[in-house]
Amino acid sequence: MPNRTQPPSATARSAPAPAEHPTGEAAPEAPDSSTVLDDLGIRRALMRIAHELVERNDDLSRLYLVAVPNGGVPLARQLAANLREVADAEVTVGILDTTLYRDDLLARGARPRLRRTEMPSVVDERVVVLVDDVANTGRTIRAAMDALMDFGRPRGVQVVALVDRGHRELPIKIDYVGKNIPTQAGDRVELLGDAGDLEGPLRVVLRPEGEGER
Amino acid sequence: MIATDLLGIEDLERSDIEQILEAAAHMQEIGDRPVKKVPTLRGRTIVNLFFEPSTRTRTSFEIAGKRLSADVVNFSTSSSSLSKAESILDTARTLDAMQPDAVVVRHRVAGVPKRIADVLDAPVINAGDGAHEHPTQALLDLLTVWQEKGRIDGLTVTIIGDIVHSRVARSNIYGFLKMGAEVRVAGPPTMLPVGVQALGVKAFTSMREALDGADVVMALRIQLERLSGSLFPSIREYAETFGISRRTLRYAKDDAIVMHPGPVNRGVELSHDLADHRPSVILDQVRNGVALRMAVLYLLAGRERVAGRTE
Amino acid sequence: MSRLLIRGGRVLDPASDRDAAGDVLIEDGVIVAVDADIDTRGAEVLDAEGVWIAPGFVDLHTHLREPGQEYKEDIASGGRAAVAGGFTSVACMANTQPVNDDPSVTDFILDRARTDSPARVHPVAAATKGLAGEVMTEMVALVEAGAVAFSDDGKTIMDSGVMRRVLQYSRLVERPVITHAEDRTLVGDGVMNEGPVSTRLGLPGNPAVAETVHVARDIMLAEITGAHLHVAHVSTAGAVELVRAARERGVHVTAEVTPHHLVLTDEATSGYDTNTKMAPPLRSADDVRACRQGVADGTLDAIATDHAPHALHEKEVEFTEAPPGVIGFETALAVVLDLVREGELAPLELIRRLTTDPARILSLTAGTLSVGAPADVVVVDPERRWTYDPSKGYSKSRNSPWNGQELVGRVVASVVGGRMVYHVDRGVLVQ
Repeated sequence: MPNRTQPPSATARSAPAPAEHPTGEAAPEAPDSSTVLDDLGIRRALMRIAHELVERNDDLSRLYLVAVPNGGVPLARQLAANLREVADAEVTVGILDTTLYRDDLLARGARPRLRRTEMPSVVDERVVVLVDDVANTGRTIRAAMDALMDFGRPRGVQVVALVDRGHRELPIKIDYVGKNIPTQAGDRVELLGDAGDLEGPLRVVLRPEGEGER
Repeated sequence: MIATDLLGIEDLERSDIEQILEAAAHMQEIGDRPVKKVPTLRGRTIVNLFFEPSTRTRTSFEIAGKRLSADVVNFSTSSSSLSKAESILDTARTLDAMQPDAVVVRHRVAGVPKRIADVLDAPVINAGDGAHEHPTQALLDLLTVWQEKGRIDGLTVTIIGDIVHSRVARSNIYGFLKMGAEVRVAGPPTMLPVGVQALGVKAFTSMREALDGADVVMALRIQLERLSGSLFPSIREYAETFGISRRTLRYAKDDAIVMHPGPVNRGVELSHDLADHRPSVILDQVRNGVALRMAVLYLLAGRERVAGRTE
Repeated sequence: MSRLLIRGGRVLDPASDRDAAGDVLIEDGVIVAVDADIDTRGAEVLDAEGVWIAPGFVDLHTHLREPGQEYKEDIASGGRAAVAGGFTSVACMANTQPVNDDPSVTDFILDRARTDSPARVHPVAAATKGLAGEVMTEMVALVEAGAVAFSDDGKTIMDSGVMRRVLQYSRLVERPVITHAEDRTLVGDGVMNEGPVSTRLGLPGNPAVAETVHVARDIMLAEITGAHLHVAHVSTAGAVELVRAARERGVHVTAEVTPHHLVLTDEATSGYDTNTKMAPPLRSADDVRACRQGVADGTLDAIATDHAPHALHEKEVEFTEAPPGVIGFETALAVVLDLVREGELAPLELIRRLTTDPARILSLTAGTLSVGAPADVVVVDPERRWTYDPSKGYSKSRNSPWNGQELVGRVVASVVGGRMVYHVDRGVLVQ
């Protein structure tokens, strides 16, 4: 399957590849048939991405993981833990809510709930890595970049998505992808926690027909 | 929120209040950013329709609107046709034809925001009407207490002063009661409204009893110009009997906080040393005012109308 | 010779205590027979099958606004609205511009009424010059010109010495002095009843005691002067009790109540509708109950509309700035029929409060179906449902709290001096 959004060089050099590779592993362990990526798969994907981050960034002290809530938050924390493990690097983790930057607010009735923003360090001269759970139209990443610019002038911005489901509507490139999942436009792809929140084991589910737009 | 206007706390459900406070808590962080502005209401027009001068409230709404990137237009008595013989509803209809996305109304007479909301398509936010309500003030007070105390449920709140003429008192009475607090009011008998108990509060004329075990002590501004109306004989007697000082605060809980909607008449409602320092949280109230009003504008302004007249 | 037969109704004539089926025959403007099965030959027939036939209503408290405020109402429009509501005689208050404190103004009103109004109009003259509460008017000359009573209505004579002398002097003409009983110092800036509702709405309260203090004072002054005091628009339980007690000890005091004070409470103001602003204000449920009881036991003699037209732009303002008052002619009957429907008042007694009693207070030869009396008659369908739209009414103004509401009970026809001046299907029948 074509892997357009993943940097070719990264694939070549990244460590254990099999885990994120399609259908094989995830399906048998899945709690239900809609699970397209289980907790083990997620952890393997995040470890691989951590390696890729190390590969592609010479100065890890400049890295600043900024999670897009809610799904990006546990993923960014795990990535930070992985970086500590593989490169002995302490990487700052921030949280940046994009709701107030959405381009679809005015078209809607009730306003969506706001989520928290915590940016513990300045972004100037940092390499900010935006961490999202599911990449889709690209509008959330666009909103996140706008928000980020209001916090300062980063040296560079890279994007991590656990799942890339395609259907991009804006020229947004995802630098690190956990898994590509082909979907229909109407499908819903969501990161869920077994415990109902995003604290414990996670999984990504795909439900056809729902409202998948984020 | 179900409602399209914010006319009073009386109309809100507890869940509405919680939603507004939660959104306001998120808005607070924007004020700490290098760029204190988000694009949320870009291209939207908010009209501040102030029939009564109020620099503080108007400025707070103006900053809130601008932090959300809305265009904020101030319409006040000195710069418009309001002083001419134009009826309130005519003014509202004229304004409606200009298609604002939200209208913030302040008027010295109770009920004017409601009458305007009745004819206006855009959401109306009451910024204080007569002695009726001042919902955003009460909401920012709730936000302040919630963040100070970690809860509102089960707290005892004592409101002191001219309850008869106070919209702040009414909105806070509704708000704190809906959020599960016990509310007391205190003041000279001439300043306690007839039937105030029907609102669900206990009324006191003794400060010792009113403050006994209070978690929150809220003083209201005394309109010194009301002195001519003889609600109280002298400022000195009021200050000595109903002014809050460290001495009177001893009746309240040790960790009680002191609030005031401002501006403070120093040495009247509050002793000089209380106006600026803990346990007074007056500056937090002011700071929270902007975030709270951002939350209200975010939730109400420019929402698609049911009638679909907008687009 | 003109003959009009009103046939087949329930005849309600309080003057003769008659409540029975029958016909009413009118010849040349005078009632000539009230009986069952009158010979109908040669007569125009008005069918009243299944509905009520009663004397034309007498309203002893209205504001027709002419001269001076014809944009709100004039004698022509007010008179048409009156007959559309069944009121064939109306007394109009003196707060015109100029004030009716001079026989020339009284003359003007009566002249205008003769040419313009389908209803009979009886001017109430001011009690003091310019309604200023200081110098009493020329009562003898005003009565000679046609004034039927004296009142500074809308304003209160606050000076007790002036009020005493007005009452004393009124003995000369034996006409009632009508008091608008609100102590201004207690009213203060109040715009609605003081109580839990005003506290909730944040509107300045006008306390019940503002009325009772003043009624008590005026009753005491009537007692020592022996004058006829008439208390306008009683709104409080306290005032009802004061009037009842005074009557029992022989003071010459009469009283009226408005339809709105019999059915609406201060809760009606919850939406800040300025058409719920009156003076005196709408009161509490307890006050309403006491007023209804007062009507039932006769303490409150008369139901009077206090028809008070105000233009739309005057009411579309802040609640505190809006002029008090509502129009009332065309809705009065439907509103007060509530007392009959609730079983608090027999139909004959309701009609008495609308006819015989107010006529007696003003010494008018009206409000009766006696043979030989002027033929002022109304036909009323107490069951008829209709939706009130003030813009389709006859008043120039629309300030009604019943705007757009469904009402039950409607005037079918009004006859003044033997001539049908209104019929529900044909409208007002004079130019």
